[in-house]
Amino acid sequence: MKVGRVIGNVVSTIKHDFFEGERLLMVQLVDNGEDYDGYLICTDVVGAGSDETVLILDEGSSARTIYGIESAPIRSVIVGIIDDIHELDT
Amino acid sequence: MQLGRVRGSVVATVKDPAMEGMKLLIVQPLDKSLADVGECVVAADAVHQSGDGDLIYFVASREAAEAMQPRFVPVDHAIVGIVDEVDVRP
Repeated sequence: MKVGRVIGNVVSTIKHDFFEGERLLMVQLVDNGEDYDGYLICTDVVGAGSDETVLILDEGSSARTIYGIESAPIRSVIVGIIDDIHELDT
Repeated sequence: MQLGRVRGSVVATVKDPAMEGMKLLIVQPLDKSLADVGECVVAADAVHQSGDGDLIYFVASREAAEAMQPRFVPVDHAIVGIVDEVDVRP
């Protein structure tokens, strides 16, 4: 899984049937507290809000399992809201 | 998923039978500020309404194959939505 921060959302009317009723959030990927080059458009199963630090599942088979739809064209899903991260100094 | 801009189309008469009737578009991947990033890809249009200049979002790998009807055809990128609006905090 990956750590990210919600930076916005995507509005879309014409879309694949799977995304009907799904929120699409723009998530900036974060490593060690720093943004790095990359973002993901994610669906959300936990109700994450703007600027929250989140846990992202970024693997297709697990994502399909979450939704219980074998043909879901989805890979990146917000599966948790992070309260705190402790990282050891190296 | 990632944002992209439709930059053209590809016509192929000789192709895998499973790709029959599929619209193939050239997609330039974009970063979160909608600037070009990386190389263009050829993506199948799973929403059937994408066209030149459209801002879209797309999936890759197995998720792309799952997005098409019939599902699980030999494609590695698929457009799954047309963007009305992207709202990203600076």
